[in-house]
Parts: sequence; C-alpha cells; structure tokens
Amino acid sequence: MKPPPFDYVAPTDLDEALAALADAGEDARVLAGGQSLIPMLNFRLAAPVKLIDLNRVSELSGIERRPDGGLVLGAMTRHRQLERDATIAEYAPLLAEAAPWIAHAPIRTRGTIGGSIAHADPAAELPALLLLLGASVRVARAARDGEAPGRVERTLPLDDFCFGPFFTALEADEVITRIDIPPCGPLEGTAFEEFARRRGDYAIAGAASRMILDEDGTCLHAAVSLINAGPAPALVAGVEEPLVGRPPTEDRLAEAADVASAGCDPAPDMHGSEAYRRHLVRVLVLRTLARAARRAAAGRTPGIETEDG
Amino acid sequence: MLRVEDARLLTGRAPFIDDIEPAGTLHVAFVRSDMPHAKIRSLDISRAADHAGVSAVVTAEDLGDLCRPGPVLVPPPPIDGAIFNARTALPLAREVVRHQGEAVVAIVAESRYVAEDAAALVDLDLEPLDAVADLDRALDADAPLVHEDLGSNLAAHVRQTKGDYAAARAHADVVIGRTFRYDRGVSAAIENRGVIADWDGRDGRLTVWDTTQAPIPVRNALAALLGLPESCVRVVAPFIGGGFGPKIMFYAEELIIPWLSMRLGRPVKWIEDRYENFFATTQERGQTHESELALDAEGRILGVRDVFLHDTGAYDPYGLTVPINSQCTLLGPYRVPAYESEFRVAFTNKPVVTPVRGAGRQHGVFVMERLLDFGARELGLDPVEIRARNLLGPDEFPHDHEILYQDSAPLTYDSGNYRPSLEEAARRIGFAGFDGERAAAAAEGRCIGLGIVNYVEGTGIGPYEGARVTVEPGGTVSVVTGVGTQGQGHFTTFAQVVGAQIGVDPGKIRVVTGDTSEFHWGTGTFASRGAVVAGSALHAAALSVREKILQHASRALEVDPEDLVLEDGEARVRGAPDVRIGLGELASRANPLRGAVQPGTEPGLEAAAYFGPARGTTANGVHALVVEVDDETSDVTILRYVVVHDCGTVINPMIVEGQIHGGVALGIGNAFYEELLFDEFAGAGNASFMDYLLPTATDVPAIETAHLETPSPLNPLGTKGVGEAGAIPVAAAFAQAVEDALRENAPGLEIVDIPLSPGKLFALRNPADGGEDS
Amino acid sequence: MNEIRVAARINGEDISRTVEPRMLLSDFLRGPAGLTGTHVGCEHGVCGACTVLLDGEPVRSCLMLAAQIDGCAVTTVEGLAGVAGEPDVGALHPIQRAFHETHALQCGFCTPGILLSVAAFLEETPRPTRDEVREAISGHLCRCTGYHNIVEGVVRAAELLAEGP
Repeated sequence: MKPPPFDYVAPTDLDEALAALADAGEDARVLAGGQSLIPMLNFRLAAPVKLIDLNRVSELSGIERRPDGGLVLGAMTRHRQLERDATIAEYAPLLAEAAPWIAHAPIRTRGTIGGSIAHADPAAELPALLLLLGASVRVARAARDGEAPGRVERTLPLDDFCFGPFFTALEADEVITRIDIPPCGPLEGTAFEEFARRRGDYAIAGAASRMILDEDGTCLHAAVSLINAGPAPALVAGVEEPLVGRPPTEDRLAEAADVASAGCDPAPDMHGSEAYRRHLVRVLVLRTLARAARRAAAGRTPGIETEDG
Repeated sequence: MLRVEDARLLTGRAPFIDDIEPAGTLHVAFVRSDMPHAKIRSLDISRAADHAGVSAVVTAEDLGDLCRPGPVLVPPPPIDGAIFNARTALPLAREVVRHQGEAVVAIVAESRYVAEDAAALVDLDLEPLDAVADLDRALDADAPLVHEDLGSNLAAHVRQTKGDYAAARAHADVVIGRTFRYDRGVSAAIENRGVIADWDGRDGRLTVWDTTQAPIPVRNALAALLGLPESCVRVVAPFIGGGFGPKIMFYAEELIIPWLSMRLGRPVKWIEDRYENFFATTQERGQTHESELALDAEGRILGVRDVFLHDTGAYDPYGLTVPINSQCTLLGPYRVPAYESEFRVAFTNKPVVTPVRGAGRQHGVFVMERLLDFGARELGLDPVEIRARNLLGPDEFPHDHEILYQDSAPLTYDSGNYRPSLEEAARRIGFAGFDGERAAAAAEGRCIGLGIVNYVEGTGIGPYEGARVTVEPGGTVSVVTGVGTQGQGHFTTFAQVVGAQIGVDPGKIRVVTGDTSEFHWGTGTFASRGAVVAGSALHAAALSVREKILQHASRALEVDPEDLVLEDGEARVRGAPDVRIGLGELASRANPLRGAVQPGTEPGLEAAAYFGPARGTTANGVHALVVEVDDETSDVTILRYVVVHDCGTVINPMIVEGQIHGGVALGIGNAFYEELLFDEFAGAGNASFMDYLLPTATDVPAIETAHLETPSPLNPLGTKGVGEAGAIPVAAAFAQAVEDALRENAPGLEIVDIPLSPGKLFALRNPADGGEDS
Repeated sequence: MNEIRVAARINGEDISRTVEPRMLLSDFLRGPAGLTGTHVGCEHGVCGACTVLLDGEPVRSCLMLAAQIDGCAVTTVEGLAGVAGEPDVGALHPIQRAFHETHALQCGFCTPGILLSVAAFLEETPRPTRDEVREAISGHLCRCTGYHNIVEGVVRAAELLAEGP
C-alpha cells in the first residue's frame, strides 16, 4: 500500500498553484488535506502524474466575518478550526456542532472544508451542512488559451456544485478558494445529528435541520439536508409544507420527518436495507427538526443578539 | 507486579519485525489473485522483470521442487469413522487460484514502493470459474468444486456421541430446535505479518525474523524444505504486535522469503500490508448449526443434538482444531447425559480458516447458551435458574465427557467449581433487582436488558514446552523458552515464576522468548497455553537451579541447605542475614577454571526442564452484561460488563485482567461490529479498516472482573489458561441481553445469527422491510 | 520523478533528507529519519498507530507525504520523554509512566500513536472525564487491551501531569 510515483509542487501563491494545475493537465490532482486522496493513493486507486499541494498557499486560509454578518471560510480551513473557532461557534453553530463528528481529531487536523466539498462523498457532513446554510463556493482557475491572462473566478451556489457521488461542477483546472455563508436571521435554529456504527465513521444516515420562527413562534422557514441518503446532498423537498405558517408542533414535525423519509433516496449497503435507512432518516430528521425548533424559540441562534451590520 | 517489558515498548525502542532491516535489504511485494476462483490463463512477468530497481520476479515455476502443497500442521484426532481430506496451498499458485488474495508472483526490488510499481506491470490473465461462496450450499451436489480432484467440497466429516440422544429426546418434556449462524471475521492484529531472511553464504547459516507464534516449528519446517541442518537455521520472533491465532500458521511467505534470500544472497524482507492481511492471513470461522436441546419439565438437560457445517475456506492446513473446539466447548459447565454431535467441514472459495482467539469455542457456547435461553423462556425459568440447575457439582471432577478434544486426548474436565462463579456474576451485575431496574428504565422510555452466560474453556494443552534458567557469573539471571510472545506479558509472568523460586526480583531477570538460537525445544503459543505449559517448565527449571544454588551455597557458607533462604539475589543464612553470598558469585564458583570437579556434577547454575501435560486444563467463567437498545435506531450500547472467571491459580492478576479485557473487546466485535462481507461470487466486500469495523474505545465498556481460583491438579502452578476466555461467551450474552431489552417492544424476538448489527436488528424486528438487507 | 529536499525539526533535532515526492511521512520517519517507534498498521488512516504530532497537533503520518513536513516540527514517540539509551521506567514521560502503572499496553504496537494523541488531548483537556477520554482515543484501534486500561492510563496521566514534575 504505497503510492505510485508522481511529481509534486507546493506553491505558496494561488496564481502559481493555478498555473501549475493548468500546466499539468487532467492527470494532475490538487492536494488539500489529503485525508481522502492519500488513502486512495496508498490503495493505488488514483495515479496522478502530479500533485499540487495547496497547504502552503496562505491566501486560502482564514475565517472572516463579512460586513453583512455572513462568513467567508478559506478553502483550506481545517475541520479542527471549525470545531474550535469562536467565530464559527457564534455565527455558524451548525458547523461547530457537526465538526467533532467528522472522523477523528488527527484527521480533522488535516482535513479541509474545500477538500471535503471537492471530494463530494455523499456520506460527508460538510457539503450537506453548507447546503442547508445556503453557502456558495468560489472557484478559481488560470486563464485558458485565448483568454486574457490572469485569474478567472466564478461563484456557484452549493446546490449547483455537487452533482453526484464524487462528482462536482469543478473543472480540471479549477480550485475551490473559499466558501461564503450568508448571515443567519433572528430566531433561527439549526441542529445536526448523524447515526454511524462507530464514533468517527461515515454516517449510515445523517440530518441537519434549520428553522426560523417569528416572534409568536410561527414557523417562517424550515429546511432539512440529509447525509448519505442519496447520491448527492440535496435539500429535502416538501418538508416545509406541514410547518411553514404554523407553530412547529410535534405532529407537524413528525409529518415533516415522514416527508423526508419518503422523499430521500438511500441505497442499501452493508449497514442496512433501504427501509432501515429511510427509517433512520425519519428518526434523525424528527430529532433535528425538534432541536432546531427549540433553539429557534430560545433565540439561541447566534448572530441575533450581537448583530452589528 | 508491573510489567518489565513496558519501558521499551513505551519509548518506541522495542524492535518489531518492520523495525529490523539488515544493510542491503531487498523488499518484496506479491501479486495476488483478485478473483476468488479462477484458472490462470496466462502470466507474463517480462515488463515487471525489466522495471528499474527490480532484482527478481518469481513464479511457481521458479520454485521448482519447493512448489508443492504445504504441510497439515495439526493432524486430526483419531476419532472413529472420521473423514479428513487434506488440501493445502502451494507457496505460489499454479494453474488455478482458489481464493482472493492467493499469491501468484513474488517481486523483489530495492524498495516496497518499486516492488509495488512492478507488481502493477505483471500481466496476470485470469479466467473466472464458478465460486463456492455460500457455506450452506457448499456441499450441494451441483456446487462448483474448489478442489476438482476431490469430487466434492467435503473437507471433513466427524461424528462424536455420548449416551443415547434419541432415547433422551423421547423422554423430554420440552425440545428446543433452532438453526444458528455465526459468521466470519478477521483477527486484525494491529501489526500485520512480516518475514525477513538473511542468508549468510559464507558459513551456510540462515537467519529469519518472523512474526510467528511458533518459531521452533517454523525453523524445523524451513530446515527440512530448504535442505539445511536445523542448527544452521535461526528463527527469531521479535516483539510481535498481537497474534490472536493466525500467526501460529506456517505461511507461504515464510518459505518464499528465506528461499529468495538464499537465491539472491541478500537480505530479503516482506511486510504484509493491511489489504493483504484481509486475504493472506487466515481468518475466523463461519458455521451453521442445526441444534436441539431436550429438557425435562424442571429444565434439566437430557440431551443435546448438534449438526453443523464449518467453512474452512479454500484449504484446511490446521486440521480439525476449530470445529472440534466448537463441538467440545458446546457442552459448557453442564451435565449433559446424551450428546450427539456431527459436523461437516466444507471447502469454499474464501480465505483459509484457522484458529483465531477462541478458535471455534464461541460457536459452541453460542449454540448451547442460546438453546438454554429459549428453553428457559418455554419453561418460564429465569436465565440464571436454568443454568444453575444444570451445572456440574464440585464433586463431579474429573469429569469425562466421553468424546475426544482437539489435542486427541479425551475431553475430561480436570477441576472446577461453577456455581460460585454464576452466583458472583449474578450478584455483581445486579440480577436480583434487575426487573425493577428494567421497569424504571422503561418508564423513562429506555429499553435495557441483561444477559448472563457460562463458558468452559479447554486450555493449556500439550504436547510440551521447555525452558532453561541460568544464573550468569555476573549475577544476571536469564530465562529462555521456546514460545513466542505477542503482548501477553510473558516477560513478566515468566520472570515472576522463576524469581519466586530463586529469590530474585523479577525486574532483574532477563527473559528471552522465541529465538531458536537460545532454545530450540517446544511448539508455540496457542490454545491459551503459554503460562500453563511454558510456565510449568520454567517452574521446574527454576526448582532445579534452586537446588543447585542451595548445594553450592551450603558448601560456601558451611551451613545446611535447610538453613538457607534465597532473597534479593543472594543466599542468606536464616537468622543471620549477614552471612550470605551472591548468586553471581556462586555461579562463578560453580564454573571453576582450575581444580577438580566432582564426578556427576554439571558446571554452573543452570538447568533446563520440560513440561508436558497429559491433557489440557479447563478454565471456566461467567459473563454478564446490561445493554441499552435505542428503540428508534436499533443501536445497542453496553452499559455494564462483568466477568467472573476461574483460571486456577493467578500468577499476575493485572495481566490476567488485561487478557480478559482484550478478549471481551474482541467478543464485542464478533457480536456486533465485525463481519467479513463477501459477494455472491466469494469476492471480498469490506477489506479495509474503514469498512471492517473493529470496536473502538467508545464501543467497549468498562469491564469489571473478579477472579475465583480453583487450582488445576494437572500442573505444579495450578494455573489454567486465560488468553482466549474473554472472547468466548460475549455473543451469547449479548444476544440474550438484547432480547431482554426488547421483551416489551419486540416480544418473541430471537437472535440466532451473529454478528448482529443495528441494520440486522431492525430487519429482525421488521421482517417485511428487511429483505433488501445485503 | 523529481526528488525533494525535506528539512524539518524532528524531536528537537534538525534533519534534512532528499526523498521521492511519494514517500509517506510514516516511511520517512521510520526510514531516513531512523525513528522506528512510529508504527504502521493500516496505511489508510484508520488504526491510528502512526499518529505523530505536527507542530503540536496530532496527524496520521500515513496520510501525509514526507515532503509536506518541510519547515515543520514533528514529535514522535521517541521524542516524548527524550530518553537516551536503554529506557528506564524512572525516565519516562508522565503519560508513559501512567500507561506503565495502569497496564495500558499489551503488545505495545498501537501504543506510540495513542501516547501522542493523548499528549495533545491532555494539553487541551487537562482534567478529562472518562467519557471524554474514550472519545479522544476513539481514533485509535487497539486489539489487546479492550481500552479499559488505556482509559485508566489517560486519567492517571492527567493526575501525574497535574502534580507537575
């Protein structure tokens, strides 16, 4: 289990990295945290001719709060930072809540948010969570032949980014540079829960829920994003139906969970049948919606009290 | 007594196999079959051989005469009417491969990286053959054949009986019949296997470092196969990162690597990687049992009938040890007047099955304990009561079960006192008040349940082990024995046994194990026998040295031997501790440079001794646990775990408890986490640590242990083996507890297949939805 | 393939070697750096035996390239206590001492990785509960101990560290 041979560069500058990627062509791979790519190399399931290591590109690091209250996360933000960072805990508590469930500490030390999105494993937590938060992905590449020299960038909403298992909108010469998370509103609550065989394993199923209430406790917005319940992360259609415009009672939460369970698309595997996975989705959606509703009602969602923008 | 080996291990200075690398070492990677059953249509190694940095590429043809089937390591016991068809693997496959991972080509290169590069250049064209994947259909008339020459997939057929089961059944008030399945797993020592060989052509000596539990048999086999005198082959088992059974085997790599070193005149090294380990290292057993328990109205056992199928994989190099363990261990601590047991061993196109910690014993225990649970349910008895009514009494030993055990000796329990174990475990787990505890939990919407089961384990079997104890002139005491050690704390336990006899602090005793240049008589570490058999040999050797010390000290100090005490590395006169002499000084005097030596005496303070038990000793114990089942997710959490066990005299309680803890964790893995998955063609489905789930620290609970001591009469120390005990009864206890937890929410639930998983538990509770389970 | 110069500080000593880009950090430590205390159990990041500290944080050395530690500081088990020569119980790091006292190792193969994870964990969580300890070591597979005594060892280590040298 040793990697096949490859060339390697570790630029310190993003444009340099983009140029290297463009030069190396389709058979090059970007090395972010490496916690999925290096196992694939060790099993010889991938054989890139060149690795472009982004770990020394300082431009890709950092967690910042935008003037409008949203967050900008550098693509090389480590899972460990999501777990520990005070800004994340305050303004994107869903990420802080979920981060400790991503693998184990030594993996989180290296694993990055950009790498997780680019890898697009349907069982990964971050794509589903960022989707729920309405995040968008900023990508960059070097100018191609015939284009004016320089950096070419575009921004995609996350639901236009992950297409299917390990399949994204990212082109071979593109690199994810940052993730933008819009500000969260008042009386908003989020919650995450997953079910895995062992601590740190990929989830058999997971759910993240988000709810916004008005002052009277009427649901203004409800959304659910599922982990490992379909080929790519997607918001579950129809969960808002029983909830929006009414207080989130137990019965209505249960109805929404039923919608999610019926609407998801899990495949049977070694851990259980499709029926079992649908059942788990129902359980997890109910638990997280209820928790999100409680949190929204308690006004505990960050960004409300300290709103400065 | 804390362990003497810890400091080296804790600082990363203890040499494991991969830490050894003589100058100029070449590295090996194997090309292995990625198909479970295939014909080798063609094999082209030319591109690999031409690759830069490659020293040799070797196929079955190159091995010449060495390319013949490996040995049957353990001959089957002489059971009347038994059939045993031996089929063992070639070192490298020729013409046909019979399981995934079977080695076809060996590549030697300057580094493992380059060897793997070259492996990718080998053009191995395999034509898939129909594979035997399903154990239950392996013996069907139309099943594909694993070994075509055999005409069927029957590897063995054995029947052993005691009493008249048919008559017992005819008189029974209740007959419980069920089918049980217990599936495969891997031993998953965290260190994979490895072999390094260094041939010194100048003086014709071969040194082999090997992750083996049995260095002496490996040396003898290598000498025979390579045509060398035994004395010119040295096999060293360095520190080993866990054995658990499969490292007892003699594998093809253990022959090929030394042969390559001799051929190339360079040191050659192969370190198995984790992926290889899932195929190339032997595995745990799959079995299907059709079983019946005949009870009278009071729940007393009248008889047991068990007919089972055992999956040996593609070959059967370890004889019948595993299924015979299942057959014999089923009887447990119970009085079973009639027993009819019959098994068939089937070849399948899966990796080879040999003993893994527990070695088939857990299957027998699972069947018996589950039958008792279902019987208790039928009769309205509680699980402790039905067991208590059937325990052998303390006055019934030795107890002859009238069948043969794996060591070819009659299955006779040497000693035991079972009822106190059961009562102590019931007390510690809180059995008496558990109905209330369960109800209180239910009131909070929680499902908790209790399981409690017995086991008896045959341990410490022969043939023999030996040891030598030497007091060196410098005062060092050295102890050598032939068994290898894989983390069981033998360095400490052995030092304790010797130190106690000659009055030396065990921390100052140098223990060497598993180096054939230091000691070359013995067999190895298996069947929970290290402390029992090697320990007893050490005890005998230490007693002889003690005698020599006393004789020499008596002369030196001019006192009667009876007036001497041995302590702190000195011989001292009782009552006059200032009159004393150091053991090193005595050793010097016992090895004079000049002068006359008494006829008939031996120089030095040294003795070797051997111990061969007539038969194994039987340890016993009880496991009890409380689980909580998440009614929504079907997950199971273990809340409490109690082990009460009796392994005779305990030499080092701390080490014994550690053995129990590790065994329980492995048992929990067997019960709920670990399952090797194969597709319908016998291809592996989860050969990685991502997908094959070893229990972690959040899955294994704190484990409470209690020792009872019923000394064995079969050895001078009174010890019984303990290495496998923790692993054996876990699945049975776990299944009982899960059923108990769901007695209200899923009444009538029966767990008869192991391993369980949340997905399978859900399927059991929702049979209509479970069909898509893979 | 290009060869790459790697200069790093390992266990407080500067080391500089030329390596192939594909060389895993675990192989670099065990080979060119001569530190075989870091053990390799799975080479896909699950067993945790190869865990070392990179600039004080635990990482799987089988999931990093040697080239990536250029300019970084690495701590392996050999650097934990800084014991030279034949190891002596008295000279152990408090975490090692605690593991010895509580029989928290058997074969000892997984132990080096666990020690380093625990060192980082106790730095951040000096008085952990047993549940926190179990979670903290859940990224390490041990087949011998059943974890029971490892948990006790970590709790004991926290006590020893609190007592100070």
